[in-house]
Amino acid sequence: MSPSDFFVIPFDDWVNVLVRDWLVPNFRPLFRALQVPVTMVLNGLEDFLAFVPMPLTTLAFALLAWKTAGRGIAIFTVLGFAFIDMIGLWPQTMTTLSMIVTSVFFCALIGVPLGIVAARSNIVWKVVRPILDVMQTIPSFVYLVPIVMLFGVGMAPGIIATVVFALPPIVRLTNLGIRNVRADLVEAAEAFGSTAWQMLVEVQLPLAMRTIMAGLNQTLMLALSMVVIAALIGAGGLGLVVNTGLGRLDVGGATAGGVGIVILAIVLDRITQGLAERNAVTGFSLRQVLMNLVGFKGTQPVGDTGKAA
Amino acid sequence: MTAKLTVENVYKIFGNDPAGALERLRRGQTKEEIFEETGQTVGVQDASFSVEEGRIFVIMGLSGSGKSTMVRMLNGLIEPSAGRILIDGEDIASASRETLRRIRREKIAMVFQHFALFPHKTIAENAAYGLKVKGLAAPERRRRALEALEQVGLSAWADSFPSELSGGMQQRVGLARGLATDPQILLMDEPFGALDPLIRKQMQEELLVLQRTLKKTIIFITHDLNEALMLGERIAIMKDGRLVQVGTAEEIVSTPADDYVAAFVADIDRGRVFTAGTVAGDPAAVQLQSDSAEDAIRNMEELNRNALYVLDGEEIAGVVTYQDLAAAGRNGADEPELAQVLITDYPTAPPDAQLAELYGPASAGLPIAVTDAENRLLGVVEPEAVFAQLSSEASAADATEQAAR
Repeated sequence: MSPSDFFVIPFDDWVNVLVRDWLVPNFRPLFRALQVPVTMVLNGLEDFLAFVPMPLTTLAFALLAWKTAGRGIAIFTVLGFAFIDMIGLWPQTMTTLSMIVTSVFFCALIGVPLGIVAARSNIVWKVVRPILDVMQTIPSFVYLVPIVMLFGVGMAPGIIATVVFALPPIVRLTNLGIRNVRADLVEAAEAFGSTAWQMLVEVQLPLAMRTIMAGLNQTLMLALSMVVIAALIGAGGLGLVVNTGLGRLDVGGATAGGVGIVILAIVLDRITQGLAERNAVTGFSLRQVLMNLVGFKGTQPVGDTGKAA
Repeated sequence: MTAKLTVENVYKIFGNDPAGALERLRRGQTKEEIFEETGQTVGVQDASFSVEEGRIFVIMGLSGSGKSTMVRMLNGLIEPSAGRILIDGEDIASASRETLRRIRREKIAMVFQHFALFPHKTIAENAAYGLKVKGLAAPERRRRALEALEQVGLSAWADSFPSELSGGMQQRVGLARGLATDPQILLMDEPFGALDPLIRKQMQEELLVLQRTLKKTIIFITHDLNEALMLGERIAIMKDGRLVQVGTAEEIVSTPADDYVAAFVADIDRGRVFTAGTVAGDPAAVQLQSDSAEDAIRNMEELNRNALYVLDGEEIAGVVTYQDLAAAGRNGADEPELAQVLITDYPTAPPDAQLAELYGPASAGLPIAVTDAENRLLGVVEPEAVFAQLSSEASAADATEQAAR
């Protein structure tokens, strides 16, 4: 005897009805409209990266890597990008790069404000947290089908699938970072008459920035891992190279695509980690983070306090 | 004088049914009973006091006495469960968020125990925080921040970061931050508690020096009785959320309200609480020109003293001891003159001199002359009186004073 002897829940039918007969007909225009900003950003980036010659792009990334992650990574960047070019995968890598950057951009755009709101309100967090849990654990294949039904196939749906998959870390870590700002500093800010916005901008965000950047790094890594799956629904780039190789049992081609993804992943991972660590002991505002990229600001390594008498 | 800040019957209950807890308190239940039955904590119970403008008011108590809760209610960081808190007549206990923000920006600032400096801002930016929140422009902010840092002696460090400063320096920045907005009221929550003893003493002295020029109304929280006695013109002692006694340092030490306060004050340095004026007795001097040595001896026998001051008109001429006069009488056939045995090197002290400053003079064995600015004799402190006052039994002090009269 078990509950199934009494009740059978046609769950699969219900979901089918929900998506096919209700969401798609009623909201298709809305979903199509949502693609527009995504496509705009993506196309802008793709065109730009395609336009800039390979040596210049490599140089830019190498300099970025040097400033944030050190000379070793800078050298790796130069060698790695040269290798990618020499195996003939440069255009596809640039496509994947624009996809990744677009995805991370939208993740940050949605995730950071959501994390901030969740940090301020336990109720919001109670609602958001289970949704994030589902987003992170549900196999990405499961929501590929509804996404295709709602958005069609192509680059933009691929990016939307990536955003769904990669959003949770930045929301979680923004929420965590802001909640973990020293309570006595928040109290001091309040004691001097700050508004909620002033407290956020002057105290909470700068001090949470390191954790938020760690969230960005994790989101980036998840986005990279979605590259191949996104290719299943029409996204191009290195994911498509891998898929095509798999389909034709072209081990060499698939491996080449895989290696390209790995090189890109290492470079981007180190750069974003470097950005997070530069906000080490004290934490800086986003403006200072960006300014740090163009000039050293004399940050002290963790542990070296150099106290006065 | 107007009361700058008045607290009227303020309560604070931590829990989900403050009204219920208040009702229980009114029915006479204790803090422990309420906690057992409802799980709610009574933080502050029926607190009432007022602070006059320009004075330092110290709230003292052990951990858990409610003093930190009390000070946070004064600027609305914690909302009272009942009662009124009036600043310049405006009740902030029931004020809106905008009103609270306005009061925090303009009238009242706070200095914290663990400094609470923003680690990502420079010293000048930290000091200017209150000004930035008010909306002042950057050059003006920097100017006023530097002025405040100048007052605490740290203007050279304006562009350093808090992690580069020592604890004492960080707290000075905290003080500068509190002073930069030129508030009328300064709340100080155990500000020197995290500093080492030498720096603590230095900071206490610096605060008093600053106060002489700035004349802020200061509410100072501490658990260190010696600190309270040094800084506080009036002191309130809190226990379990209640104000147990409110008074001057001398009142609290000489007439503790209950055993708790008595135990509290048992270990303090009484030499820093009482002054020469407290222990001075009636002068009862003789005149150099008109009185004779015999008059002096007779006086001393009647009053049971062994030394007497000799005045020349209004001014002090010197002091004569019983032994010297008796010896002179034995040795010489003639009547001894006061002038012959007059000791002109005598100890003096102003009436507000702390007892601790009298230890040295008292060891000479002569009574100490308590004088005013024109060297007129206001009173006399017998060495025994100094030590009697230092002991914990007030009755001993009374007895000595009786004998000295």
